[in-house]
Amino acid sequence: MIYLENIGRYFLMLKSVFSKMTKWSMLRNLIFKEIDDLIIGSMGIVCFISFFVGGVVAIQTALNINNPLIPKYLVGFATRQSVILEFAPTFISIIMAGKVGSFITSSIGTMRVTEQIDALEVMGVNSLNYLVFPKIVALSLYPFVITIAMFLGILGGWLASIYGGFSTSADFIQGLQIEFIPFHVTYAFIKTFLFSFVLATIPSFYGYYMKGGALEVGKASTTSFVWTSVVIILINYLITQLLLT
Amino acid sequence: MIEVKNIKKSFDGVEILKGISTTFEKGKTNLIIGQSGSGKTVFLKSLLGLFTPEEGAIIFDGRDYNSLSTKEKRELRTEIGMVFQGSALFDSMTVSENVMFPLRMFANQPLSEMQDRVDFVLKRVDLIDAHHKFPAETSGGMQKRVAIARAIVMNPKYLFCDEPNSGLDPKTAIVIDNLIQEITDEYNITTVVNTHDMNSVMEIGEKIVFLKNGVKAWEGTNKEIFKTDNKAVTDFVYSSDLFKKVREVYLKELEEES
Ligand SMILES: Nc1ncnc2c1ncn2[C@@H]1O[C@H](COP(=O)(O)OP(=O)(O)O)[C@@H](O)[C@H]1O
Ligand SMILES: [Mg+2]
Repeated sequence: MIYLENIGRYFLMLKSVFSKMTKWSMLRNLIFKEIDDLIIGSMGIVCFISFFVGGVVAIQTALNINNPLIPKYLVGFATRQSVILEFAPTFISIIMAGKVGSFITSSIGTMRVTEQIDALEVMGVNSLNYLVFPKIVALSLYPFVITIAMFLGILGGWLASIYGGFSTSADFIQGLQIEFIPFHVTYAFIKTFLFSFVLATIPSFYGYYMKGGALEVGKASTTSFVWTSVVIILINYLITQLLLT
Repeated sequence: MIEVKNIKKSFDGVEILKGISTTFEKGKTNLIIGQSGSGKTVFLKSLLGLFTPEEGAIIFDGRDYNSLSTKEKRELRTEIGMVFQGSALFDSMTVSENVMFPLRMFANQPLSEMQDRVDFVLKRVDLIDAHHKFPAETSGGMQKRVAIARAIVMNPKYLFCDEPNSGLDPKTAIVIDNLIQEITDEYNITTVVNTHDMNSVMEIGEKIVFLKNGVKAWEGTNKEIFKTDNKAVTDFVYSSDLFKKVREVYLKELEEES
């Protein structure tokens, strides 16, 4: 019951987010600030994780190939497929649900408990538009983050294969190019785009509608992480079912 | 003037405001007093439209809030200034950005005019060299002043303050109380202040509404509050020995005068 109620409230929230726009001169500054906090601020961790996990994917694949009949280029092929299809779009988004999501929930939640949201409303500002809309716009740049994650993941795999002696550069690159289906990239970016919307709105929902004090802000961040991840995983499943089968 | 008619508000089936009616007059500092948890904040937020009462009407100089269109409500909001209990300053903005915020949102003025207005109101609340500080870098008393400055920057017709001197030392508390009263006089606005501080009642209570368990248990002026024998009021107001003595002295003076 409570789930249904929350889903209903979530969609009502979206409706308010897109109504009564804040003055553009104010909105512009907010969007730049959010890009800085949400996108630029996440680059470091995303690059770090992508590079090393890409390397691990390559090593694991190489270690599991014992059969001499399996072509050598498979390491590159498997790295490309797993990084582009799942690792970059989905795995990184779960990391972002932790990093960006809890930041969004706790910052909006703090504004709620310290009555800053009430202050906005009393002034006649549409607080949902003011707080959430710039986050949605900023996170629409999220596909660029994922592009970088894809690139670094594959780079990590390539370097790990060569320096670990699991594959030659030529074999790896052959693997990267073989049976390349452009639609897989499209599929990955459709997912990413949906995830970016989820990453902006679900954490905002849990921050905006929270009640209580500082302790509850912490709890709301945790709940928000759980539900953002769950929704990302479900959307991932649905999109995969719809687009790839 | 604000007329409040039979306001009722519940949360999860629990009635917090049980039908409150009163009027708040223009140019006066109207106080709402009552114990912690008596519903003062809920009452104030219901007046502001932050909570929607289930029943009753709130009439701002003839404009019934409920019958206004969304656009008219928004216009009315720009005539309202509010000082929240915890000041509710935007912590990502400096003091002067906080005060300028409503202007940037709603006033179509050149930046220099806005800057002048901000300087003017900050000076009015006796803050001169805090412009570039962030709220976290200022004291509680300064935050209250900034909150007052932000509330009056748009020249409001109505000013609401939720426990403006809670958490302040007695001296600063009186300064803030007096500031609110001066501003009310100066700009002839309708001011409504929540408080549980008896000092405020003595100092600035031109009209006092006493809330108890979600009903209006008494109303009157700060002169009358000494004379009333309403049990609920005397229990609350004279709960400290100091105020019992103050009352005795005051009543004796009155007797001698007459
Ligand atoms: N948003 C809310 N949801 C549920 N109950 C609330 C809410 N706000 C206030 N209350 C309840 O209303 C009562 C009055 O609270 P309040 O108006 O804050 O008292 P005070 O007179 O101290 O300002 C309290 O019992 C409080 O628990
Ligand atoms: Mg209160």
